[in-house]
Parts: sequence; C-alpha cells; structure tokens
Amino acid sequence: MTNFDYLPGMQKIESDILPKVHEYMRDFSSENYTEEEVRAALACPAPSIANFSALLSPAAEPLLEEIARAAQTVTRRWHGNNVGLYTPLYLANYCDNHCAYCGFSCHKTITRTKLSMHELRQRAEEIAASGLQEVLVLTGESRSESSVEYIAQAITLLRDYFAVISIEIYPLNCDEYVQLQQVGADYVSVYQETYDPVLYDKLHLEGPKRCYTYRFYAQERALLSGMRGVSFGALLGLGDWRRDIFAAGLHAYFTQRKHPQAEIAFSLPRMRPHSHVTERELMQAMLALRLFMPHAGIAISTRERPQLRDAAVRVAATKMSAGVRTSVDEHNDPQFSIADPRSVAEIHAMLRKNDLQPVYLDYIR
Amino acid sequence: MDDIFQLGGKTFNSRFILGSGKFSLPLVQAVTEQGGAQMITLALRRANAGGQENILDFIPPNVTIIPNTSGARNADEAVRIARLARALGCGDFVKVEIMRDTRYLLPENTETIRATEILAAEGFAVLPYVYPDLAVARALVSAGAAAVMPLGAPIGSNKGLLTRDFIEILVHEVELPIIVDAGIGRPSQACEAMELGCAAVMCNTAVASAGDPAAMSRAFKLAIEAGRAAYLAGPGRVLERGAEASSPLTGFLDD
Repeated sequence: MTNFDYLPGMQKIESDILPKVHEYMRDFSSENYTEEEVRAALACPAPSIANFSALLSPAAEPLLEEIARAAQTVTRRWHGNNVGLYTPLYLANYCDNHCAYCGFSCHKTITRTKLSMHELRQRAEEIAASGLQEVLVLTGESRSESSVEYIAQAITLLRDYFAVISIEIYPLNCDEYVQLQQVGADYVSVYQETYDPVLYDKLHLEGPKRCYTYRFYAQERALLSGMRGVSFGALLGLGDWRRDIFAAGLHAYFTQRKHPQAEIAFSLPRMRPHSHVTERELMQAMLALRLFMPHAGIAISTRERPQLRDAAVRVAATKMSAGVRTSVDEHNDPQFSIADPRSVAEIHAMLRKNDLQPVYLDYIR
Repeated sequence: MDDIFQLGGKTFNSRFILGSGKFSLPLVQAVTEQGGAQMITLALRRANAGGQENILDFIPPNVTIIPNTSGARNADEAVRIARLARALGCGDFVKVEIMRDTRYLLPENTETIRATEILAAEGFAVLPYVYPDLAVARALVSAGAAAVMPLGAPIGSNKGLLTRDFIEILVHEVELPIIVDAGIGRPSQACEAMELGCAAVMCNTAVASAGDPAAMSRAFKLAIEAGRAAYLAGPGRVLERGAEASSPLTGFLDD
C-alpha cells in the first residue's frame, strides 16, 4: 500500500482539504523572503497565507522580539489574560504502530498496561483533588487493547470528576467519534507528526498509522460527529519544521473555513531532549501561528523547560498542562520525558505572578 | 433630575456595563469600582469554575451580574445555559450570545431571536447581542427583549463605532434601550455612542488591554457620562458645507 491508501474499515469522507494543503506545500519556500516582507506581514491586521509563510521564514528570525510583541498584543486582545489548565491522563500504552521515533512504538520492550476502571477512578480522584476540571485522555494507538468501548467506559467514569474531556487517541470513524461525544468527550487532538508524505512513509513503518490520509482527516470526521473542537500539530524535529508548521496552520485554516463553528487549537511538541529545532525556532513557530490564527488556542508542552513555558504563555500560548505524568502509572516508562514537573498549584502561582489568569473551566456541556 | 437607567425591571445610575472575560480576577474589583459600573457580564461557563478561585468572589456585592450564554452555537444551547444560570442563582438577566463562527465571533441573529422569544416567555430580562439590523431589532422587540445590544465593530477589535449609521437607525426606530456592545476601543467612541442616544455602552477588551485597566475604566465612566449629558442637552447642529449666511435665498422676499 501507499500511505494514501485506506485500510479496510477506515471511513472515507468527501473533502478537498488535503489537496489544498499539499498544493500550498508544493509552492512553499521559506528561503525567498526578505526583511521587508516580514515587516509587511507584521503590519497586516489579518495575515494572509503568504504573510504566514514570511513569518515562518529565516528572514523573520532577526525580528523575533518584534514579532513577539505583536503576538502578545494579539493574544491579549483575543484571549485576555486567560490561560487554560489541564492535565494528560494516560489510560494505556499499548500500540499497534511502529513509529521510528516513539517511546510507545509496538517494537519497544516496555511494560505494557492499561488502567482498570478501579485504577482509573483512583487516578481521577488524585487529579480532581488538584482542582483541575479538564483532562486530556490518551491511549497508545491500539484498537485491540484500548477499544472504543473501553475508552467510552473510561470517559463515562471521568465525567463524574471533570467538566471537560479531550481525547488524544487513534483516529476514529464518525460513528465512533459520535459514541465518544455522546458519553462526554468534546475535543479531539490528532497530530499528523509530519506533513511531508515521503518522510511520513519512512517513519511510520507498520500499523494503521501508515495511512497518512485517514489520519489527516481525523479532525474533520470529529467535527462532522459533533465534537466542539479539534487540535492540530506536528512533532517538531521529524522533518522541516517550517514546512510542517505551515502545513499544520493551513490544515487548521481550511478545516475551520469549512466548519466555522469549530474551536481550533494547536500543539507544538518538540522532539526532546536532542532536537535540531531550537527554542528560538519553536517560539517563531508559535508566534507565526498566533498571528495567522489569532483566535486559536495554543498549548505549550511539558517537554519544554519552565522558563520557556512561562515565556510562551506571556506572548502566545493559551493553554498549559500542570501536574503532568506521561506514563500510565508510576511503574511504567513514560511516553516522553517532561522538563516541567510543576504541580497545578505551582503553575497557578506562576501565572498569577505574571498577571495571567488561570482558567480551570471554560465550557458548559 | 436624576438620570435613571431602567433595564429589566431594575434601575441603575451607571450606563457603563463591564465585561469580565479578559481580566485577571484581582483586577475585576478595581476596574468595576473605578468605572462605577453597576452591571457586569459573566460567562456562565467561567463562573464557579473550581480551581482555587471563583470570579463571583471578586465582584463587588452591589453590582448586578448579567450571565451570558457565551459558547452557545444555537438557540437551544443558549436557552439551556440561561436556565442553568437562573438555577444557580444568577437572577433573571441574561445576555444572549450565539455564535457559529469561532474566528470572528459574529452573532447569529436568527437563532438569537428564537432564544430571546423562549427566554422572555420564561420571564428572563433578555439582552441579545446582534448585528445592528432594523428588521432583527424589531423582531427582538416582538420577542420580548429587554434591550438590543448591537455590535459597534468586531468583538475584541477596539475599532470603535464602525456600524455607527446603523446603530443610529436603531436608536431612532426601536423603542427599547440600545446598548452598544462589541468593538468600542476608546472612551471617545463610547462618548460618541452615548451622544447618539444609546442607552448604555458595554466594554471588555478596551479596558482589559489598556496599560492601566482601572484608570481606563474610570476614563470610560467619565466619557459615558459626558456623552449622556450631551445627548440630554441636545447637541447643536452641524453645518455640512461651511458657514451659512443669513437667508441668502429667501431673505429678499416681501412679507
């Protein structure tokens, strides 16, 4: 199969977003911009796709501080001083995919487990005691071990403790997203990892994740199924980060033009600890997304050190996790190492110190 | 004579309505007090939100809370949020906000009329956020709205009264208080809205994004009072084409 072929059972929807994104990617060249073009993009009240490219280009690097000031103004105008708080909750770490870069990859010899409902209730109680009202439910990508029914059962339980439940699981068909939406999930995160189809093919060696197209349209299937919001992103460091952020931005942009009611968000996880994407480049990516899509949420990962996360919420990010654990339980290997182990109370205090408002709940179901 | 503002069966001395969605909580009290605001809108989805703080603890006790239906995408969701607000003890006021576009947050007028009709019938004092459209405003009067809240410019834009002419039509034609909602960015723009005859002005971003929000809130208070006073005084005429001589076209006529 090529990575554009659907596997049996994968739902195909009518959509023109993938060809549109790929058409723009073909014309994308970050090297051709000048400082004047970056300044023109900064001066533009509603940046175009060309302006977005310019903001991602090397020509923008010397203007990072200026771009940060512009992004900060836009962030405050659209989002006020608010920063949403949540924490990830790993249900399981089984995975059917072999991805060359992932700690949960099916060929890794890690201890595999999944939480029982009893264990999940204990974990939910621990998290709820911190005051958090929102959790991001994660599983490895294994349909056989972490079935939709199992995830639905977990979400049903979690609704007793949390007002907002997001999911970051393997991509689903519409009827499955409907099932999870009906029991309490409202937001869906799916990351394309890299938008470069050739590189994608090389990195995703086995499993259903090999199908680039099915993954690409996960957000749209989620929105068609009644989910309120979807999150986009690429794993920075796998490929050309400028091209991947450009594609993620356009993926979100065209998805929202088609589904204007959708709440759009981005996450920018960076390969750690040894990444060829620098902190300055990560910040540039975040600022360009902020200016291109002022209304979008942007989450900043605990893969990053506290100083960087604190700076991110001052200028562009609107969401951060706190009290994070990236393993199913304390006996398992984490999916990735975290660089910011601060508790909810510590993050709350940091936000306060920066005159930012910790937001625990921003949605009524 | 006191210039009392009557809205939803209550009386107010202030015509400055404050939004609360973009402030750090400790600022809410100072901004409310400096602005002399007696009404503050509050997204119900943010109220009593757990965590370590509750916004209700930061709102001075003499201020009327107007819950809004922010997050609603249709009339049914707005109605559900309004009923929830009432059940939580937030009173009978509700600002209906229905948006089906998360990029621009523009109001959905048709669903807003439908929600207004349902909620007004249930005894709510409904304040609908809409485009300044005369047909819509008339439909809201029929639906039982307590006021009409047209946008001055896109929400959060601070661009001022871009819809000035259409708001002026509503002021002239609609027998309900017209309260300018989104878009006001400067006290001078709030003053202009009041000079037009608007009953009140609502602000959030303009104050929250100011260098000193409490001081800006006070500036808005003064501007709104000035604009109201000017409206009551009856502004003088404006000559569109320079100075006007005394009756050059008809002065020669015999009695």
